[in-house]
Amino acid sequence: MSSTPTTPQNPETGTARVKRGMAEQLKGGVIMDVVTPEEAKIAEDAGAVAVMALERVPADIRKDGGVARMSDPDMIDGIIDAVSIPVMAKSRIGHFVEAQVLQSLGVDYIDESEVLTPADEVNHSDKWAFTTPFVCGATNLGEALRRIAEGAAMIRSKGEAGTGNVVEAVRHLRQIKAEIAKLRGCDNNELFAAAKELRAPYELVKEVAELGKLPVVLFSAGGVATPADAALMRQLGAEGVFVGSGIFKSGDPAKRAAAIVKATTFYDDPKVIADVSRNLGEAMVGINCDTLPEAERYANRGW
Amino acid sequence: MSTPTIGVLALQGDVREHLTALAESDALARPVRRPEELDEVDGLVIPGGESTTMSKLAVVFGMLEPLRAFVRAGKPVYGTCAGMIMVADKLLDAREDQETLGGIDMIVRRNAFGRQNESFEAAIDVTGIPGGPVEGVFIRAPWVESVGGAVEVLATYNGHTVAVRQGNVLATSFHPELTGDHRVHHLFVDMVRNTL
Repeated sequence: MSSTPTTPQNPETGTARVKRGMAEQLKGGVIMDVVTPEEAKIAEDAGAVAVMALERVPADIRKDGGVARMSDPDMIDGIIDAVSIPVMAKSRIGHFVEAQVLQSLGVDYIDESEVLTPADEVNHSDKWAFTTPFVCGATNLGEALRRIAEGAAMIRSKGEAGTGNVVEAVRHLRQIKAEIAKLRGCDNNELFAAAKELRAPYELVKEVAELGKLPVVLFSAGGVATPADAALMRQLGAEGVFVGSGIFKSGDPAKRAAAIVKATTFYDDPKVIADVSRNLGEAMVGINCDTLPEAERYANRGW
Repeated sequence: MSTPTIGVLALQGDVREHLTALAESDALARPVRRPEELDEVDGLVIPGGESTTMSKLAVVFGMLEPLRAFVRAGKPVYGTCAGMIMVADKLLDAREDQETLGGIDMIVRRNAFGRQNESFEAAIDVTGIPGGPVEGVFIRAPWVESVGGAVEVLATYNGHTVAVRQGNVLATSFHPELTGDHRVHHLFVDMVRNTL
């Protein structure tokens, strides 16, 4: 031991690298919405890489109506105590005090989420001000880059939460991928106009054009209800999936959760997806997104 | 000099970063998810990720025993963070049913450095890595609580062991794959090359 080198004592917390790096560790995984410590344990048992602690799953927020807010700290504490995997929690868009509270509770990631009722119709929270990293939703590349400019360390395509309908998740992910592909084809002269068109900082636009991907991890969310849905989002380019109401609003949550985890890992192997899709019981009923009134479309919240 | 083929266990985690780091360290790198893919590689990296998830998927998809056999056969393995947990003989602060491959006679404490708010970066001197300290990126990182006599401690941080080697098995609490500095991957590629 005596010959072992010792190291400088200058740790730096909350850097962009540890925030974005945390999301890199979640890749290939499934993040599940849970509302109780018991559900969190079921999710962990099924192989979730993280859980999202919230008071009501999006399907219930839709049903109940009213203002949806950050969860009770007691409930979040209970979930943190119940599992050893990372715990995320949602703040309202622009409600930086809810985010401060979540940081003080020690959650591992904050989702500044359109599923909750926005607190500010102009400004999102300044996410650079926090040690805890943030994930934000996006329906297109410009929106994703505006969130990254505000400090988001992870992006999820929004989809339409609480519908059990994957159509909007597909639309948003395809939109983001198509806009990235278009940037790849731009020469340096065109990138300035592209940044203006995307309403995003030029430096980030240039970085995406060079990388051919976002500078942070991209997951998909909002409407995944089956193992095949999860695999679809992976094949379309999502690096992992969030599953909300799809698990605990189904007939056999434990079994469906485990099946979605397996299909997310073997997303390109139809035999595995077929195997895990057998006898899962009832899927959540689901909502046709084209019958949703504009005011009930969560994806329109945030800008 | 031959070019080794090195797999990255691709059940979950930061697989792509390891594939890139290995490719830039003169190895052929490929993802490994199935037992037959394991047969085709000379060495294996177990990436960062969520160790409980990785362990469960290894059990469900019949990878656990082939991976254990790979380690027993003396094939080189390098684990980062969750990968360090996977090559530990014993764990603390883990679920009772969490399986590991073993390979290093050590006890590893999960999330020992704390939750994400405590995740940090610091310069780390590593025995056997010339050219000054490496950039240590620690994310909900484990540390090594204690080691057996055959284990070489390669680095410590604040008195906690964060890099170890026993025979052909290497492990770090931190994530060199998240930095542009591939010296630890070079060391591992050399370890693999020496077995060919």
